[in-house]
Amino acid sequence: AVATGLTVVPGLGPRLAHATEAEVTDVITEMLGEMPAEGAISIDLPEIAENGNTVPLSVEIDAPMTADSYVQDIMVLADGNPSPRVAQFHFTPMNGKASASTRMRLVQTQNVVVVARMSDGQAMMASKQVKVTIGGCGG
Amino acid sequence: MARIRPRVRVPGEAAAGDVVEIKTLINHPMESGHRKDEDGNPIPRQIINRFEALFNGQEFFSVDLYPSVSSNPYISFFAKVDEAGEFTFRWHDDDGSVYEETKGIALS
Repeated sequence: AVATGLTVVPGLGPRLAHATEAEVTDVITEMLGEMPAEGAISIDLPEIAENGNTVPLSVEIDAPMTADSYVQDIMVLADGNPSPRVAQFHFTPMNGKASASTRMRLVQTQNVVVVARMSDGQAMMASKQVKVTIGGCGG
Repeated sequence: MARIRPRVRVPGEAAAGDVVEIKTLINHPMESGHRKDEDGNPIPRQIINRFEALFNGQEFFSVDLYPSVSSNPYISFFAKVDEAGEFTFRWHDDDGSVYEETKGIALS
């Protein structure tokens, strides 16, 4: 596909603008009330994505998944896409393991930010930069 | 749009207590709503916005998807299997369609 979606048309500029770090911060504080500390979240992403249309992503947290304590949510954000939200995974103890994978669009080189919330309300975050050679359209 | 066909890979059997990997894929354009057609008109957003996984009728995993997820969305995750039963997988489309697939698992 041709990345026509990235053409900024006069008068439509704001709608097609890219997300910013500030927007990512807004989404996280809306979800958690405050910015969490850096934590042990494993983010598996390529350092360089030749095709931004389909960038493989895996996230994992090495934590017990029991009824008393488990990873409840993992949210993935991208600070250089048109909108910062990518996906939010909701886990339960039945997952056995707090791990999930998907494929994402990255329109340009940017930071992928991952936020996790545990069942007791504790939260943490981590991020990883991906250099994008050919941007994915319209993420 | 091509006919929507979900595909799921689940092991046919597992020992009680095993944590098994589940891989899912559904063909869908995940039209972001940010693109324009050749005449410059915006192409309306149409994405899979939610995925759910249930075991024996109980939801144990779900995903909220946004336009930054690639076309033909792929989702993999894990499930701890304590009994034989049936997995149900559901994909919710912006147009209201719900696509469903089921897979059984036996205890070895």
